Amino acid sequence: MLSLSRKDLISLVIFAAVVVAMPLWLAPFGAAYPGLMQKFAIAAIFAIGFNILFGLTGYLSFGHAAFLGVGSYTTVWTFKLLGMEILPAIIFAIIVAGLFSLIIGYFSLRRTGIYFSILTLAFAQMSYSLAYSVLTPITNGETGLLLARGDPRVLDMAFGNQVDGAGLPFPTLFGMELGGYGGFYLCAVVLILSFFISQKIFASPFGMALRSIKSNQMRMSYTGFDIKPYLLTAFVISGMFAGLAGALMSVTDPLAGAERMKWTESGNVVLMTILGGVGTLFGPVIGAWLIEYFENIFSAINYNMLNGFFGFLPDGVRDVAVTVSSKFVGEGWHLTLGLLFVVVVVFLPGGVMEGVRRLSAYFKDRTGRTPEPVTKASAAE
Amino acid sequence: MNVFLTQLLNGLDKGGAYALIALGLTLVFGTLGVVNFAHGALFMLGCFCAVAFRYLLTIETVTIDPEQLSPWGAPLEVKTPVIQAWLGDFGAVLVDYSVPISILLAVPLMLLIGIAMERGLIKHFYKRTHAEQILVTFGLAIVLAEIVKTFFGPNPIPQPIPTALRGAADVGSWLGFAPHAITYPWWRLIYLMFSGVVIAGVFAFLQFTTYGMVVRAGMADREAVSILGINIDRRFTVVFGLAAVVAGVAGVMYTPLLAPNYMLGMDFLVLSFVVVVVGGMGSLGGAVAAGFLLGILQSFASMNEVRAIFPGIDQVIIYLVAVVILLVRPRGLMGRRGVMEG
Repeated sequence: MLSLSRKDLISLVIFAAVVVAMPLWLAPFGAAYPGLMQKFAIAAIFAIGFNILFGLTGYLSFGHAAFLGVGSYTTVWTFKLLGMEILPAIIFAIIVAGLFSLIIGYFSLRRTGIYFSILTLAFAQMSYSLAYSVLTPITNGETGLLLARGDPRVLDMAFGNQVDGAGLPFPTLFGMELGGYGGFYLCAVVLILSFFISQKIFASPFGMALRSIKSNQMRMSYTGFDIKPYLLTAFVISGMFAGLAGALMSVTDPLAGAERMKWTESGNVVLMTILGGVGTLFGPVIGAWLIEYFENIFSAINYNMLNGFFGFLPDGVRDVAVTVSSKFVGEGWHLTLGLLFVVVVVFLPGGVMEGVRRLSAYFKDRTGRTPEPVTKASAAE
Repeated sequence: MNVFLTQLLNGLDKGGAYALIALGLTLVFGTLGVVNFAHGALFMLGCFCAVAFRYLLTIETVTIDPEQLSPWGAPLEVKTPVIQAWLGDFGAVLVDYSVPISILLAVPLMLLIGIAMERGLIKHFYKRTHAEQILVTFGLAIVLAEIVKTFFGPNPIPQPIPTALRGAADVGSWLGFAPHAITYPWWRLIYLMFSGVVIAGVFAFLQFTTYGMVVRAGMADREAVSILGINIDRRFTVVFGLAAVVAGVAGVMYTPLLAPNYMLGMDFLVLSFVVVVVGGMGSLGGAVAAGFLLGILQSFASMNEVRAIFPGIDQVIIYLVAVVILLVRPRGLMGRRGVMEG
């Protein structure tokens, strides 16, 4: 059950090495601090899960942020009610997100194409609005759900793990507090596991069935193949991944807010998957990292840094260059993101992975040598 | 009965905005077959046409008037809009009526933006999948929103209603109820009538002009029309421009009701897509009917009596209707059989 093909095993080992070594190779990019790398890992998990639905079946969901939010809320509630141990919280989050996506998926999957997208969007917006208004007793509305010293924490109390000193309790893994690199390595391990699961799904007969649904759904049904349970399973799996990502967000920073369910978040994960390469194993991870990098590094660039960067130019030209480029960084990084997105969809619908494949094909033509094997990218349906 | 009528009226102006946006979305889908996620951004651009026009009109000169003193005893700075200095009272009227007048600016500008958008980007996506169309226009919507944010900042910029139109109309007395039983702000009434006129104009254009007839023929069978030697692509480009204009003027007139900020387009986009789906993809009449219907439903759902029974219903009613419609009647209220009936 745990065996992998030789090729997959090699990519898993490489992937694990890359993830574990993140503090080393991210240092030159100025991104090697645990808080950010943690975000990289969580976004990658979210995108990997989304790719199992969108990449394999071609169903474009615009409502995955709802599952992320549900995962976050469940985690914080588990912290509040049971105790600060991480594992039960994550497991509960995955189960609840899975049940939630089962309900939404059951209804949404009765339609295809753009209708499916709008149904998922409608359900997610509904959850978002409810989280802000009526469900305030559960979600704590605009303030967001926070831990409090007076929480019951039944298990912690039973084992005598009282909060000592002032301040709030921290989440613990088997009694150890997770801070800084601890949090990052927890996310890294979960990310590697998620990657492994997605490899198994891609290689399994189940994954094959999903891909054939994508290439011709009608023909699949005509051959007497019941596609609904397959689609629903894929939807629930990707919902559980989203719940896992939401749980990790709350584990590393124990709060949950409704803004995580907003449709811009759903749009974000779509962007990540497209940018990296839909339907590929590495694509979503690369896309997630690129976008998180843009968000955190590009948005931190300010006027003075630009002035220094363009310092070699003559005065007048430099002012123009700084003024123009300052629109694209800092507050304006979304503009860069949007442009990048348009450019990718127009010229490179297969994302970064497609670019890599084209490049390697180009070099193969020129040199006549066989390039390194690259996972084959397939365009979005 | 009074309460019922009041809520009906309250829903109509919002319904008018939904109907206008959904009309453009449907027009684009019916002619070009493109799912345009940037249509909400066009509405938002329309709003900012009004903002920009008012900004231009109210460029001020500051003169120090030693005759008058401010409460602190210093000479008073008198700010006069340049246009008022040039044109006198007429200038003041222009500033007062900046919102309706900016339609004159918005129409050519939105037409230009729409045509540029279609020729520059959308036309490359006719043959691509719906998912890719959604993605590229979604990216475009982000870009447009961010450009507006760069120029106008992230905060909402309220626009005033012209002074003469600030009161409320006593609609109740027109209908034979007691005076002041049902009142309705003039501007909302104007918005409602305005949206009615624009909708009627679009339908008249499509129904009674030769140009519109060719467009309708192209919607039914694009290939046959091009074989007849008509450049249908150019006409569809103009239709895209028209849709942009409709969204734009809808935005211009909506600014006094809701202070626009750069995120407005996204909020309205989601709602108007729901409207289009409820009305039926590709059905113009369906889009208009569903727009008003959902506006009214939303207004009824926000009544305290209803909210006491179903808490939170005002937040979710539109999505709930969409879910029910899609599951029960996937082609929408007035959609043609077999069009996008997935």
